[in-house]
Amino acid sequence: MNRHLISAADLTKDDALLILDTAEELARVSERSIKKLPTLRGRTVVNLFFEDSTRTRISFEAAAKRLSADVINFSAKGSSVSKGESLKDTALTLEAMGADAVVIRHGASGAPHRLANWVRGSVVNAGDGTHEHPTQALLDAFSMRRRLGNLEGRKVTIVGDVLHSRVARSNVLLLATLGADVTLVAPPTLLPVSIGTWPCEVSYDLDSVLPKSDVVMMLRVQKERMNAAYFPSEREYSRRYGLDRDRFAKMPDDAIVMHPGPMNRGMEIAAEVADSPRSTIVEQVANGVTIRMAVLYLLLGGEI
Amino acid sequence: MLIKNVRILGGEPVDIAVVNGLIAEIRPAGSAGTRHDGDDTAEAGLPEVVEGRGAIALPGLVDLHTHLREPGREDAETVQTGTQSAARGGYTAVHAMANTMPVADTAGVVEQVWRLGQEFGHCDVQPVGAVTVGLEGKQLAELGAMADSAARVRVFSDDGRCVDDAVLMRRALEYVKAFDGVVAQHAQEPKLTKDAQMNEGVISGRLGLSGWPAVAEEAIIARDCLLAAHVGSRLHVCHVSTAGSVEIIRWAKSKGWNVTAEVTPHHLLLTDELVEESPNGSYNPIYKVNPPLRTRADVEALRSALADGTIDVVATDHAPHPVEDKETEWAAAAMGMVGLETALSVVQEAMVDTGLLDWAGVAERMSAAPARIGRLPGHGRPLEVGAPANIVLYDPTARAEVDPSSFASKSRNTPYEGMTLPGRVLATFLRGRPTVLEGKLA
Repeated sequence: MNRHLISAADLTKDDALLILDTAEELARVSERSIKKLPTLRGRTVVNLFFEDSTRTRISFEAAAKRLSADVINFSAKGSSVSKGESLKDTALTLEAMGADAVVIRHGASGAPHRLANWVRGSVVNAGDGTHEHPTQALLDAFSMRRRLGNLEGRKVTIVGDVLHSRVARSNVLLLATLGADVTLVAPPTLLPVSIGTWPCEVSYDLDSVLPKSDVVMMLRVQKERMNAAYFPSEREYSRRYGLDRDRFAKMPDDAIVMHPGPMNRGMEIAAEVADSPRSTIVEQVANGVTIRMAVLYLLLGGEI
Repeated sequence: MLIKNVRILGGEPVDIAVVNGLIAEIRPAGSAGTRHDGDDTAEAGLPEVVEGRGAIALPGLVDLHTHLREPGREDAETVQTGTQSAARGGYTAVHAMANTMPVADTAGVVEQVWRLGQEFGHCDVQPVGAVTVGLEGKQLAELGAMADSAARVRVFSDDGRCVDDAVLMRRALEYVKAFDGVVAQHAQEPKLTKDAQMNEGVISGRLGLSGWPAVAEEAIIARDCLLAAHVGSRLHVCHVSTAGSVEIIRWAKSKGWNVTAEVTPHHLLLTDELVEESPNGSYNPIYKVNPPLRTRADVEALRSALADGTIDVVATDHAPHPVEDKETEWAAAAMGMVGLETALSVVQEAMVDTGLLDWAGVAERMSAAPARIGRLPGHGRPLEVGAPANIVLYDPTARAEVDPSSFASKSRNTPYEGMTLPGRVLATFLRGRPTVLEGKLA
């Protein structure tokens, strides 16, 4: 494996399977009454969050702590960054503190690539702008595998704002690596112009894709996209691309529903679909901690 | 002064005698010359002889598009360092863009820049005037006052911003006819490029960077060509970057309309793939520029357009930025690249060594045409007896790795760092006075 996890494209199939298998082993630890492992004792993991994301930060924090690493949380708000410190100077500060891994969430696409030039430790991308969110894709794959088994040849449909979605980018790359067949469904305005070069199919018609899907992953739709004329109204979006009860009924009986959260209930997903037993949305959160443990463990070379 | 053993436009070796800033005689290399009356070489403290060693002699280069940053951003560049950089690149005249602080939108500011150029004298500085007050795109600047000033401005541009209001653009094109001016348009439809970070295409989709679509450039160029035709004015298109723009300009020229265009060296050589993968890492803002680096197909179209004359001029868009404005995440970084000191080498690599352009073509595109468009009668003249001795000596056989620390420019934001490029400027002469000798500032 690479020293960093910045893009899902960094992972070979063997790497990805190693992470998923390691996560399976670690999941068994989570079922014990004492969840903590000593493997990363004495190692320092910095959570460097330039965007508010309590969910992702807590998930990484829990993962690092369960492996006994020392965790430093660095949030941009109220820190030197809000006083105009550059990413480079922040990186050099962390470097001086001896961070073994830096988990970075940043609003600018590519910020983790830049950070990797300036620190010696491993860089883990916890979401960069509209680029990627590889640990989300890993936890999604982990969640799918637990429900459906091997992902080879499985039909995964990803619905929503692909253009601005780091979750979609990482999922398309990782699922292609794992041999799943991905179909993206979105209004054409919310797909990149070059979508034809991606390793997946594209459709504008959700209803025709649903009956052939093993997994339907709904993406969050930002309401501000409406003001930029990506779609006419919330109601129209919901009607054409929302996963409501009628559409849910068109899915095969054993197909599952996913959402990376946070959800707009009633917009891209109906409440009863989100809460159905075939929804993995809550599992995804639990699996997030497990997969991030596996990533930190493998990057920092711990031993079980 | 005698410039010995040089090959004008790559021709037979000759010696060039320079007297009082003019070319007095051109004779076969090594042949006995006549004595020229009133030779000022000694009293002006000039070298008696400059050995050309078979270098190519070109007319001094003229840049239609340079950002000297003074006044306002002297941390990035000054008129002094910018013109030193120009001289090192073989330039004898540069057009200083108007987006300074304050903006060059009055006779006072353009005269200040012009005087600074006169004072330092590494090359002639011809200020460009802003089209609109403060580059705001709302109200015409006092174009006539700038034209009538000591700086005698002929090129007007809001470069960095597009004059996107069609009525204002029409009026500007019409108004400058009164003093033979030209409007140099930065063609960028603003709404189509809101927050745009790089060329919209395969790479931007993968990298999750907001796209700068080709159509945002092409739509404005098409509109401006039609406007220029309608009012019978001169239009110059800055930094053409797409294959579609080339087609539109070719069409406009075929109609006989008075449209000229420039391409930058970086758009002739580099592509948007560098944003994803380069020896300098991914997302390195050293490749961030406006208009953005495009695709290989665009590069090929630009090269053939420059070769066939659809594009008239190579202009550097030399855009110095301090290191802290580039050592950032991509979205936060400034747009632009320095280019004066590498332009001729890049043009050799992209155009000459590929057989698309000979040295006469290079002289036309980098000296004669920009001087014509900018109305600089003292520049861009063929190297012949009686012409001002604006000369660059260039050794096309040299090859070297680009070393930003060797630049005369105050800034180091070159996309060519670490690349090996052909050619070296050995000497530059401005009206007979060397500004560069042996590759160093004279």
